[in-house]
Parts: sequence; C-alpha cells; structure tokens
Amino acid sequence: MTHGSAAVAGERFHRSERWRRLLSGRNLVLAVVAGVIAYLALVPIGFLLWQTFVRNGHLTVASFTEAYSTVGLGELVLNSLTFALGSTVLATAVGTGLAYMVVRTNVPCKPLIFVGALAPLIIPGILHTIAWIFLASPQIGIFNQHVIEPAAGGRAFNVFSLPGMIVVEGVHLVPLVFLLMAASFRSTDPALEVAAVTSGASLRSVFFRITLPLARPALYAAILITVVRGLDAFEVPALLGLPNRTYVFTSRIWGALNVLPPDYGQAGAYAMSLLVLTSIGVFWYSRLAKPAGSYQTVTSKGFRPRPLPLGAWRLPALALIFLYLAITVIAPVLVLAYASTQAFYSPPSSYTLSHMSLDTYRTVIHDDLVVHALENTVIVGLGAATAVMLLTGIASWLVIRTSLPGRWLIDNLAFLPLTIPGLVLGVALLTIYLRVSLPIYGTLWILFIAYLTRYLPYGMRYSSASMFQIARELEETAQMSGAGWWQTFRRIVLPLMLPGFIAGWIYIVVVSTRELASSVLLYSPGKEVLPIVIWEQYRNGQLTELSALGIMMIGALVVLVALAYKLGATIGLREG
Amino acid sequence: MLEVRELVKTFRPARSEKRDRVVAVDGLSLDVERGELFTLLGPSGCGKTTTLRCIAGLETPDAGEIALGDRLLFSSEKRVRVPASERGLGMVFQSYAIWPHLNVYKNTAFPLEVLPRRKRPSRKVRRERVERVLAVVRLDQLASRRATDLSGGQQQRLALARALVMEPALLLLDEPLSNLDAKLREEMWFELKRLRRELGITGVYVTHDQLEALAMSSRVAVMRDGRIDQVGRPREIYEAPRSRFVADFIGASNLIDGVVESCDHGVYSLRTADGDLRVQSAVDVEVGASVVVAARPEHVEIGPAPAQTANGSLPNRWPGRVEERAFLGEWVDHVVSVGSRTIRARCNSKISIPAPTPVIVTFREEAFSLIPGEEARAPGHS
Repeated sequence: MTHGSAAVAGERFHRSERWRRLLSGRNLVLAVVAGVIAYLALVPIGFLLWQTFVRNGHLTVASFTEAYSTVGLGELVLNSLTFALGSTVLATAVGTGLAYMVVRTNVPCKPLIFVGALAPLIIPGILHTIAWIFLASPQIGIFNQHVIEPAAGGRAFNVFSLPGMIVVEGVHLVPLVFLLMAASFRSTDPALEVAAVTSGASLRSVFFRITLPLARPALYAAILITVVRGLDAFEVPALLGLPNRTYVFTSRIWGALNVLPPDYGQAGAYAMSLLVLTSIGVFWYSRLAKPAGSYQTVTSKGFRPRPLPLGAWRLPALALIFLYLAITVIAPVLVLAYASTQAFYSPPSSYTLSHMSLDTYRTVIHDDLVVHALENTVIVGLGAATAVMLLTGIASWLVIRTSLPGRWLIDNLAFLPLTIPGLVLGVALLTIYLRVSLPIYGTLWILFIAYLTRYLPYGMRYSSASMFQIARELEETAQMSGAGWWQTFRRIVLPLMLPGFIAGWIYIVVVSTRELASSVLLYSPGKEVLPIVIWEQYRNGQLTELSALGIMMIGALVVLVALAYKLGATIGLREG
Repeated sequence: MLEVRELVKTFRPARSEKRDRVVAVDGLSLDVERGELFTLLGPSGCGKTTTLRCIAGLETPDAGEIALGDRLLFSSEKRVRVPASERGLGMVFQSYAIWPHLNVYKNTAFPLEVLPRRKRPSRKVRRERVERVLAVVRLDQLASRRATDLSGGQQQRLALARALVMEPALLLLDEPLSNLDAKLREEMWFELKRLRRELGITGVYVTHDQLEALAMSSRVAVMRDGRIDQVGRPREIYEAPRSRFVADFIGASNLIDGVVESCDHGVYSLRTADGDLRVQSAVDVEVGASVVVAARPEHVEIGPAPAQTANGSLPNRWPGRVEERAFLGEWVDHVVSVGSRTIRARCNSKISIPAPTPVIVTFREEAFSLIPGEEARAPGHS
C-alpha cells in the first residue's frame, strides 16, 4: 500500500467512523451543553440586532438616526472614550506601580499592601461610588471640607464631573491591573534584569528598557481589559454623570429605558454602538492573551525573584503606598461605616460623632425588602455559579479532550459574552423575554439567565485552566482500566478539577452578589437582589440604611473570599 | 496471540500546513506469541507509540485489523471497534499517570471497582487481589501512602500493579522506563524480567532505547516511517541487521559501502573506496552487487603500525591514524581516519593510543554483517 492511497482510505474511513461515533450517549450530553452555550451567547446579540435594525418587518436605521439626533454621536463617543481611557491610564499606572513594588522591590509590609491593593475587588461598585460621593461631593464631601478647600483656597473637587468619574472608576479598576501585572512580574526571570545591570545599565533604564518591555504582553492585556471595563461601567456614570448631564453610552441606555414609554429601539441603538466598541477591545485582547512564542523568556520555572533594593527610598515609598491605600480603600469603607451609625446622613462633626448607634442595622435587618433581596441574591448567585461551573466543566472537556468537529466554536461562543456589557445584556434579555410568553420575565429566572450568560466566560476560564492541568494519560489510564466515559469523568476528571472548580464557583458567587448593571433593567418588584436594594435606597435618599446594608455585604464577601483563599484556590480572583 | 494486520493510521496535519494527512502507521503487520515480550523500537516519530495506542484502543486506526486470540478488537472492513475500556488490556504510560487524588491502594483497586456489577468481585476478593499484586511489585508496605509521595521508581511499579491487577491477557508498555535515571532504569530491566517470568505476562513494549530493547525483549521490531524494518530476537537484530537503518540505529556501527568481487564458501571479497575486505556471511549476494558492511566498534581492533608498511593494505588490515580518543571507563573509544573516512574502534581500557599516532585497523572476518544494497527503499523516503 502506498502512502497516498493509505491517506485516501484513511480520509474516507474517518468520515464514516466519525458519524457513527457522534451518536453515542456521551455526545448527547455534550450536544445539550453546546446547545445551551450557543443559546446563551448568540440569542441576546441576535435579538438586539433584530430589535434595532428591523421595524415593522423592514430593515431600517431609524433607531440610530433617532438615537443620535437627540444627542450627538460624536459627543457620546468622546465622553465614553475619555472616561474609559482616562480611568485606564490611572488604573494602569497605579496598578503596575503597586505590582512592581510588591513583587520586585524590598518595600516592607508586602502582604498588607497585597491585600490592600486587592481589597476594592470586594467592594461592590455601587457602594464604592456612593462612598466617593460622601468623600468628594462639593457639598458634603469630607475630603473637600477638610483637605482640599483649605488647601486650594475654597475651591472644591467636584466628583460629579468627568474628571471625578475618571478618578473613581480608575481607582476601582486598579486591582484588575495589579493582578495581571503582579503575575507577569512574578513569572519573569530576574536573571534578565541582572544581566542588564551587569552590562552597566542604571536601575531606571533597566525598568524602562528590560522590565517593562518583557511585561508588555501583560501590560497590553491589562490596558485592553480595563478599557472594556471602563466602557462597561454603569454605576459611576449613572451616579456621578447623570446629575451634571455628562452622558456615556451606558447612562444613555439607562436614560432611554427610564422614561415612559421606554424607547427600546433607541436603547438598542446605543447598546449596539457600545457592543461594537467593546467587541473591538475584547477581540484585540483575546489575540494578545494567546501565548506568544516570542516572549518565551517569561517562563514558569521555579525561581525566587531577587528583590530590588530601594535603599533610602524604602520608607518614603511605603508611606506613599499607605497614603494611597488610606485614601482609596480605607476611607471609603470608613465613611460607609460612619454613615451606617447615623440616623440621617451629615458629614462628621463632633455632634454626629457623639450620636452614633447601631439602630440603622436593626432597621435594615428587619426590613422585609432586604431580607427578601438577600434570599433572592443567594438563590440566584448560588444557582448561577453552580450552573456555570457545570456547563463550563463539561464544555472545557469537550473543547480540550475531544476531537469533535466544531469544538473550537464552543470555546469561542463561551467567551463571546465577554463583549456584552452588563447593561446591554439587560436590554437584550428584556426585549427577548418581554415578547416570549414563557414565565421568565418578572421571575428570578431572568436574573439567573443574565448571570449565567455574563459569567460564562469566567467559568470557562477557570474550567479550562484546571482541565489543562490534568494530563491526558490520567483519563486514558482510567479508560484502559475499564472505566467508561461517565465513570472516568466522575471518578477521575471531576475530583482532579475540583480546586479550580470551587475557586471559579466562589468567584462567580462573589461577583454576582455585586452585579448591578445587568440586574438593574431586569428586576421586578419582589424580585430584587441586594445591589438593586442599595440602588433604590440611594435614589430614595436612604443613605444611612444603604451604608449599613453595604457594610454587612462587604463583611460577608470578605468571609467568602477568605474561604476561597483558604481552599488553596490560587487561581481565585483572577479578575474583578 | 496478538495479531495486527495492515494497520494504517493517519493524522490531520496542523491547520496551518496545507498538505495531505500525515501517515503515522503505514500498513503495519505484526504477531505476538503468548508469553513473549515484543518490543517496538525506533526513533521518535516512527509510529511506534501510535501503533501501541491503536492496539490499546486510544486511537482509532484508519484501516487494518487487530485481534487478540480469537477476539476481534478492531477491523475497518467488518466495522468492529471495541472501546478501550472494554478491551481488557493493561497499559503503563511513560508518565505513569498515577491519579494524584487516590492513594496507592485505591489507584490499584480502581480497575476492579469500575467493573460492571455482575462482573465485579466481592470486596474481600478485590482486597486480596490488590494486596497480592502490590506484594508482587513490592509496594505492599506503602498501600495507604499518598500516590504523589512515591519516588519515581515506586510510581513506576504502582503503574505496573494497576495494569496487572486485572490480570490482562496483554500488557502494553509505552516507554515505561524513560523517566527514570540510568541506575534505576537498569534495576527495573531485571525487575520487569522477573515479573514477566513469574506471572507469564505477554507484552508489547515501546522504546527508543536500543539497549533497553535488547536487554528486555523476546523479540524486537525495528520501526521506521510507520513500518517495521526488521523483526527478530535481540541477538539477531544486533548481529545480523538487514538494513543500513537497523545497523545504524541498533548501535554505533561503522558502515562501509562496497562491491562484491568474489565469493568463496560464504566468504566474500569486497572492494571499497578505502581498501579491501573479506567478510564471512550467510547472506546470499551476487558477485558485482553493491553492499553495505557493518562493523561494530567493539569488533574493530587497532594496533601500532609496523615501522615499515608494505605499500597498500591487506584485506581487513587498513593503515590509519588516531584522530581522537575518549576514555569511557570500561572502554576507550578511538576515532581513526582511514583514507577518506573515519572508523570508530572501541578498545578495552588497557589500550589507549594518543592522537596522532599511525595505527593498523584490523577487522575480524566473522564480526562483520553484510547488508545487501537497498535499491528497494532509499533511506529517508516518505
């Protein structure tokens, strides 16, 4: 038999054999999983397209012309990009600096700085934003009253402005950059820096000419993901931008749906434009995130980075970091804690400080709305986390282990929701389930579907990371030992995936607990979740109640995260 | 007992390469007798592991037939494909594939525990069988140890125990020793031989290490480009390679091209570019045919050149000059230039001649292997 004919026979046999194998019980499970993922990823975007471009059965761009006749497209894009890029610059500079300090220098108190830098991950965005209103609003801001006005001769820093929005969002995005950059700095062989030092380079030029270029892939990835997050952001534009009419895409979408009757076409038009911007970012990011062969010097070999001695700068650097953490992490939590002890909010004074009580907590705990929302939050959060991890667990097996045709499609579909901003997802699901006569809108199911979609990419990342760590032979040995597919999956694959599985599960519980953007359009009375309650309380002016609730939420999340950390979930909290 | 007929396995090339499917196994056939340890030997990429994985059922061949005794495991013609989990074979992987979440006992007991209920032995019998097999590989003291706390050699033995606990008709071993250090590897050669003798195991063994293949196998199949070049007992393969490839792969051989001048009762006279040779061989070659002669370094002797050499060289005694030498403990290797080529000679460590000393290279008549010319299959063809 010649090689050519062997190959042809092989091709023919492969085709028929492949079809026969496709119809096994195992593949039915896989088909269901693939179907669910495709549904979750494609239907919202498809519906949004249809909603925006089809009116009365005709293809039209009327929604766009209407949407952008009231407000200039140019201004909207400019505001959105300024906001996203501004907060990115801030977050990247601070996050990279902090990561470098913690990983590569001999600055003291590293564990403390590490925790401090990551702490904002735990604080829900809406609480973070409200805390900054307490701190830096021109009327009641504590920083303004006690620090800025005395120093600047009566001029206040206005948090309700584009620069204010940038600062608040940027500070909230710092942990994201910090995590990515710390990982990169940690995995770069310090020998590469030492080599530069021995060639006579100064420390400054080592940092800019060796360290940063080596970390460039991680840096670009951090920048892109931060920009996308900035475009996604809802809490800051809604709370800080709306009062002074500084609109970005997300606040416009909210505005279009918050009038009577809601203008779904206009909201869809804004949502589509935003989707295009975030898709560009995510697409670019996913290309960067692929392992680049040219940077193979960044290995995962076991070495201990030799810390760079800071010399005389050691203590000043520490003081600077502590000042930063005090302003951005401790002050917001403290001001919420302070607010929670008051009957009515007013800036701290000797009077308010001597009239502190825990009455608000008592009120909040006995508030039916809060109790109900807590229940809902737990149900939807746990449900979504479990469903996401099961779906992605099987999906990652399908993508990594099988040779089924079209498996790469499942991989890409599972990552697709990364491009959909929470608010846009809300718009899409709203339009779908308002039309479909299934009992989904007005129940918790719609929130469940929203979270399931939104966290699919994160679950997929956790699952495939742990799947990659399981050597193929471990499964093949089980097969050789006589175990069928399901036995192998249950007795070998699942137990080995468990640490990554639990880490991903806790991560999703944590982030879904703080999720506002996708919930805010989808909840209905009686089906609130906790961030919605805080959002409503803010709009009703119940500042002290929301502070008490917020402090309790933060406490619970701290416990959850500590638990995840204890479980040895080293890949936990990859991204906020 | 194991029969493989006309096995073909192709792979889809990487998406970037626009070419036909890559042929990994190309119409391979082999037979393994009961009680034999049959070794597939070859360089990486020759298809030996793919062949083994096809037998195991972990790869689906494109064509061919695999049968164990009278049981058909795979046949492209008859549309038979028994899944790996139902073939009842034991397999040891190169990486051992020890499950880190199970201890030594549970790793070993796994194959018994996943049996269908009606075939599964009782708990007591399972325990007995696990304990027996752990005793055989001398891990009985470590049964409750975490599998990840074992040393490399112990993990190796655990993998073996797990493969043996089912008492499989056939044991498949995929480079099981290549992750061990040299000393441990040699210990394991004898350990495996002992187990094979005691338990009467039939096995297919894959390795790229020719020493290992020679040391352990009943028979060796040397593979190249998805086919078997030569099958035989280790000594046959070593002493009578039938192709240049086998001679080269089995050990560092001096390969000399020549033409048959005459033949006298199994003793051939050859002319080569660097001198004449007299070769004793049972191989049947016509006068005038071009052949390759393989002479192993340990069969080449060197000695000081007499002060006055007759002009030209005698058959099997070529003048040369030492170019390099290397002390290897038991031996001293010499690289000697003879005319246009170099000859490697392995001498016992008493003989050590510095470069550049003129020497006489002596080939022993009976130590040559004669390989008929290879028009049929040029090396490196694909």
